[in-house]
Amino acid sequence: MTDNLVTGTRKSLDVVSAAPQADNLIKKFLREPAAVISLVFLALLVVVAVLAPLITSYDPTATRLADVLAPPFTPEHPLGADGVGRDVLANLVYGAQTSLLSAAIVIAVSLLIGVPTGLLAGYRQGWIDGVSMWISGALLSLPAIVVLLVVLARVGRSTSLALVVFGILIAPSVFLLIRGSVRAVREELYVDAARVSGLSDIRIMVRHILPVVITPTIIQAALLAGAGIGIEAGIAFLGLGSSDKASWGLMLNDASQNIFNAPWLLLWPSVALVLTVMACTLVGNGFRDALANYGSAAGRVKTRKAAKEAVSTPQPARPMTKASAEPEDALLVINDLRVSYPRPNGEKSDVVKGISLRVERGQILGLVGESGSGKSQTAFSVLGLLPGQAEMTAGTLSFAGADLLGMTPKERNRLRGARIGYIPQEPMSNLDPAFRIGSQLTEPMQHHLGISAKAAKAEALKLLARVGIPDPERVFKSYPHQVSGGMAQRVLIAGAVSCNPELLIADEPTTALDVTVQADVLDLIRSLQAERGMGVVLVTHNFGVVADLCDQVAVMRNGEIVEVAAVTDLFTNPQEEYTRLLLDSALDSTSKTTTAPSAGSDMTTETEGAR
Amino acid sequence: MLMFILRRLASGLVLMFVISTATFFLLNLTGQDPVRQVLGPVASVEQVEAKRQQLGLDEPLISQYFQWLGSAVRGDLGRSWFTNQPVGELLSQTLPPTLSMVIGSLILAAAFGTLIGVTAALRRGRLDRGLQVASTLVQAIPGFLVALVLALVFAVQLRLLPATGFTAFTESPAKWLASITLPVIALALGSLASIALQVRGSMIDVMQQDFVRTLRSRGLPERSVVVKHALRSAAGPSLTTVSLMFIVAISSSVIIEKVFNIPGIGTQANNSAGRGDLPVVLGIVLVTVVLVVVVNLLVDLAQGWINPKVRVS
Repeated sequence: MTDNLVTGTRKSLDVVSAAPQADNLIKKFLREPAAVISLVFLALLVVVAVLAPLITSYDPTATRLADVLAPPFTPEHPLGADGVGRDVLANLVYGAQTSLLSAAIVIAVSLLIGVPTGLLAGYRQGWIDGVSMWISGALLSLPAIVVLLVVLARVGRSTSLALVVFGILIAPSVFLLIRGSVRAVREELYVDAARVSGLSDIRIMVRHILPVVITPTIIQAALLAGAGIGIEAGIAFLGLGSSDKASWGLMLNDASQNIFNAPWLLLWPSVALVLTVMACTLVGNGFRDALANYGSAAGRVKTRKAAKEAVSTPQPARPMTKASAEPEDALLVINDLRVSYPRPNGEKSDVVKGISLRVERGQILGLVGESGSGKSQTAFSVLGLLPGQAEMTAGTLSFAGADLLGMTPKERNRLRGARIGYIPQEPMSNLDPAFRIGSQLTEPMQHHLGISAKAAKAEALKLLARVGIPDPERVFKSYPHQVSGGMAQRVLIAGAVSCNPELLIADEPTTALDVTVQADVLDLIRSLQAERGMGVVLVTHNFGVVADLCDQVAVMRNGEIVEVAAVTDLFTNPQEEYTRLLLDSALDSTSKTTTAPSAGSDMTTETEGAR
Repeated sequence: MLMFILRRLASGLVLMFVISTATFFLLNLTGQDPVRQVLGPVASVEQVEAKRQQLGLDEPLISQYFQWLGSAVRGDLGRSWFTNQPVGELLSQTLPPTLSMVIGSLILAAAFGTLIGVTAALRRGRLDRGLQVASTLVQAIPGFLVALVLALVFAVQLRLLPATGFTAFTESPAKWLASITLPVIALALGSLASIALQVRGSMIDVMQQDFVRTLRSRGLPERSVVVKHALRSAAGPSLTTVSLMFIVAISSSVIIEKVFNIPGIGTQANNSAGRGDLPVVLGIVLVTVVLVVVVNLLVDLAQGWINPKVRVS
């Protein structure tokens, strides 16, 4: 019970930042059938509880010896009578009263404690935060029922006291939720602005912070209701609840004592309890899902050959300079590559729109364009590492004469790392934080080259020295967070070339690095390429990098290739207006980012979201 | 790392002190005379006074407290007011059944929860939706209800397993297994659902991270990417869930023990709290907090193993 609440807190927190308008939220909630049915069920339960005296004429606690274990479906006892002759229907109906009341008590107590303390701790931080976090941790580490036993031991049977204590024990779940929300909102600009304009802390909390935490609190309240109802049943089942109140837990207690001679007694209280607790959970989940508003992520990468006609469609870009060469000679041939992602509304958004490229052995091809132009998506298509929801088609996609489209995932996996290397953009996020750098280098080598761990280690140390790491032994033993970004990128380059690939795909390999390190890393890539004769696809938005390294350049925009040319031709004599614009802005600006006019700004966010 | 462990241990000691103190004064808060409860209504006033002196209850509350605390620090938790049995001995008798159940259920829940969570995260689709529905349902069912239904079906109707009682492992491993099977399943089901959901969530997060793509770009077998690398990163948050489940399992075992009539620590707590046997209740509370502190420490250590960053800071 406690567990759901705490994990629930975490989930609810995720959606705090994305709180939409309230009416919009209700609309979305109404689209969740399970949640709506649950809400209706709970409403009916309230009606039943209120109208209890009209539904049954029995006193739920009145015992009659003559009616002990009376069978169900008789006019006198529609659902039978229990082990001491109490009417089952009456207990069921009055039990609903107890359950709903329990939910109310637990919600009230935990909100009363959790909301103010959470607001205070999240807003003030400092020692108040430290102390309240310790107390909340301490309360959460107490087994609830053991505490209830202790409390009830001195006071005697009392359902309401037990629920108040449980409310206190569970209050940390509210506290953590509110505290987290406040901490998230606190740093927002409008709160800063309010602070600068001299509003008092309390007014800032009430006006700016409270509205943000209301929705997650409602979600939490629904879960708390379920927990309260469950714990009430548990207490009553243990025989610790008030003896003068009907309770589903008490009914289950009686049923368990008569489990041998009247097992049917289990049915009704079980059904009532499970349905009610589940309804609470589903209402909470419904709100959460309405808030989260996630698009459905489905399916695997769909790879298939495009229809014949697609191949012969006239290319939007200029023909390739070396298009006449035999396909077998080329290292990489891409024809009419298309990549699209499903949008939440069911439509598809195309991020690569039928491009064709060619990389010769030992050649460096620069793939240039602003972010969102589809260049990284092209790179991942070659690697076969597009995200699951991406849909890819191509007329031709062949590597060293082998058809990549016809390969099984296993066959493509055998190429990766061994014959096609990959250097990612962001060094720090691309190393597994849990493993030493050494093992991340040796694992692929042992796998692809079939060499021993010892040989792989020797090889890895050689590689680390080759990529310019001054102390290979130390770095080999280090974890990723213990080395600098420049070091990490060198490690990733070493990993990419460790099995002597024929093709290297480098996705903006210097973007995330310090300017001082960038030149070194580019030098390294160039010298490795020359030494090993690799073909390279270099994805970048930096024309300086292109001029420095590339033989051939393809300029991309909005998923299409605008221009392909030899690097000297492109710089001296750009054919397309867009290329000229890009070149001009690259020369104008001192920063690395291109400031070219963006025709597809929505495409940018689209691709970012897809990655 | 050593500092980290020491800090956690210190925090655990403070917690034990605070909780046992609170319990001590809470149990002495209300006016009922414990001696009268021990001896019953027919005992004479002289008998009551003699007993009071014998139990040390004639002294002021605060000195009673320090006496208890002093012996507790030395490992002596006193004797039951009712049976005169040493509390330590009582605990050593009642802990094995409870720990068998709790640990057994956690192993079961962690193993199957991980398996189901990982599968759902990788496959998505129908299996994933099925998991979400099933776990909502399972989490809505109180453990004791599961226990009752299991008892009804497997013990009462099918007569496959014993409905009540506990056999010590040292006595007969087979009977021990039979006696804890149903309680363990009843305890495990809710935790299993929670763990599966947590593992699923973290696995989906981890599988989308850059380093997983880079591992794939190195052509590692899918099994290594998923099991060796991704699962290890996903294990951190899941372990926290397991430690929460431990506390929940201790709590639920009080009720589950009642259903299956198992002479564990929960049954003892229920009985002793009911008749106001203060030394026993204090001992039980203390041992529960110790268990929680130990489990949290173990989980912290495991977190350090999983995430090297934790180890260093």
